[in-house]
Amino acid sequence: MTGVRAALAPDSSRDRTSTGSGRVVASIDVDDVTVSYSSGVTAVHSASFRLGASTICALVGVNGSGKSTLFKALMGFLTPSTGTVLIAGLPVHAALKRGLVAYVPQSEDVDWNFPVLVEDVVMMGRYGHMNFLRIPGRADRMAVDAALERVGMTDFRKRQIGELSGGQKKRVFLARALAQGGEIILLDEPFTGVDVQTEAAIIDLLRSMRDDGKLMLVSTHNLGSIVNFCDHVVIFNKTVLAFGPTETTFTQANLAKAFGGVLRHLRLGGADLHDDPDARHLTVLTDDERPLVLYGERDQEKMMKPDSGSPAP
Amino acid sequence: MMTIWSWIAEPLSHEFMRRGLAVAVLVGAICAVLSCYLVLKGWSLMGDAVSHAVLPGIVLAYIAGIPLAFGAFVAGLGCALATGYLKQHSRIKEDAVMGIVFSGMFAFGLVLFVKVETDQHLNHILFGNMLGVQWRDVIEAAVIVVPAILIVLAKRKDLLLYCFDPAHARAIGLPVNLLHFGLLTLLALTIVASLKAVGIILVIAMLIAPGAIGFLLTKSFERMLAIAAAAAIGSSVVGTILSYHIDAATGPTIVVVQAGVFLLALFQSKRPKQRVQLGISGE
Repeated sequence: MTGVRAALAPDSSRDRTSTGSGRVVASIDVDDVTVSYSSGVTAVHSASFRLGASTICALVGVNGSGKSTLFKALMGFLTPSTGTVLIAGLPVHAALKRGLVAYVPQSEDVDWNFPVLVEDVVMMGRYGHMNFLRIPGRADRMAVDAALERVGMTDFRKRQIGELSGGQKKRVFLARALAQGGEIILLDEPFTGVDVQTEAAIIDLLRSMRDDGKLMLVSTHNLGSIVNFCDHVVIFNKTVLAFGPTETTFTQANLAKAFGGVLRHLRLGGADLHDDPDARHLTVLTDDERPLVLYGERDQEKMMKPDSGSPAP
Repeated sequence: MMTIWSWIAEPLSHEFMRRGLAVAVLVGAICAVLSCYLVLKGWSLMGDAVSHAVLPGIVLAYIAGIPLAFGAFVAGLGCALATGYLKQHSRIKEDAVMGIVFSGMFAFGLVLFVKVETDQHLNHILFGNMLGVQWRDVIEAAVIVVPAILIVLAKRKDLLLYCFDPAHARAIGLPVNLLHFGLLTLLALTIVASLKAVGIILVIAMLIAPGAIGFLLTKSFERMLAIAAAAAIGSSVVGTILSYHIDAATGPTIVVVQAGVFLLALFQSKRPKQRVQLGISGE
């Protein structure tokens, strides 16, 4: 698996995937946004948060909390009834016209039997840059080559998309976002159906894209890996319950607000855990996918980063 | 060699056969190109619905004294739009809504047809009358078919992206609504162009089989388009000539030939995998 990790590491060719001159600074500005459906259901209620460039932000909430509605508002599918959404300082439709917003769909939303090859999908990222007949030029082919190279899928470019593994499928759509030159990338549940090692490889890639100045908003309920790669979190249920840097915002108290009784919650007290007078507790929060492990005294618990190993006793 | 040549040439010595062949090839080509999108988008039932729904349009156009093709087009598109509207504004799923709308419109058309005295034959509307077409009808079909094919080929990549990933299409600023209604309009036009030749029932087969054949035989969309067109045009030629020799109705013969090609494609698509398996077990 280290081979895949190495393949996903940033390399010098990556700058070719950017839009070139006049590169915009990524940002998302959601200000007091309310979105209602024609059925009268209000899915998002006065939500506000602001994200800047070089950010990976997790959008955390239970199913049905309005995460996908918020995504639709960011992509212009739904118009907020009140409030404003600005992307890179532009209204949503203007940002879309300039190809600033890239979208990585959920695996379940893709028809993997479709007769398109890996390179066809990545080339779809370039359509906004082409003339109306969509005949690829040299810049388009170079962007596709560079994007495939960067996600380590060059050898698979002639494969039909259904012939790929779960992680490879994800990388194809990340390559499409790279080829598009999108500065703001929306990822919908990127880790469902992906094994832990592949997840790590994708996280490496997302981190390297953050180093390029990209802004990534990741809709997920995979709590365990959030501390590992997200620098910001938006905790969401119909509205923004909490928003800020991961260290200060991604706390048990805030998660309890969002998830209520939905999560499995295990708490082991100091006395049960070991024989010394250490008063710290071990807390495990899980939706039965990837658990979030908290360790420490009540009210000042630390998150365990899977990377940094277990904290000193 | 001579016998094959005469097998082909003899029917074509008749003018009505030449007209029939011309219209069969035109209809086959546009249906083939569109069928690729319908099959991939999961819209096969949409072809079924729009074609049934044109019937009341034809009868009402006859009563109003306007071109039947115009009435058919409006009714067909109306069915697609009504389906979309009702789906959005009710809890009923699309297939159920579509089923109600098109069968309701078809039944309404039948009621009207029986009530109103027309010079039209119901059989011809339902199943076409390929050998009865005049050169004027061939030209009418060509006026719709040729621009429609050019539009689809020019915008084939946008239409494919719309079918594959509409969210991405919208995110990169493609006019998704225009593509959606453009595809529906092309579908309604195709059914109108096919009316005289194969009728509103048999056109459904021609809007599904070629795309399904292409889908089975290749993993690249461009090749799928080419295979679908070749299969459809080939079936039109073979079916038309075969129908002369076996003294059968031309439209149905073409559909039967297409179904045969589909079965061959199904066997062919299974074959390579078996060869690989045999190769492994042989070692």
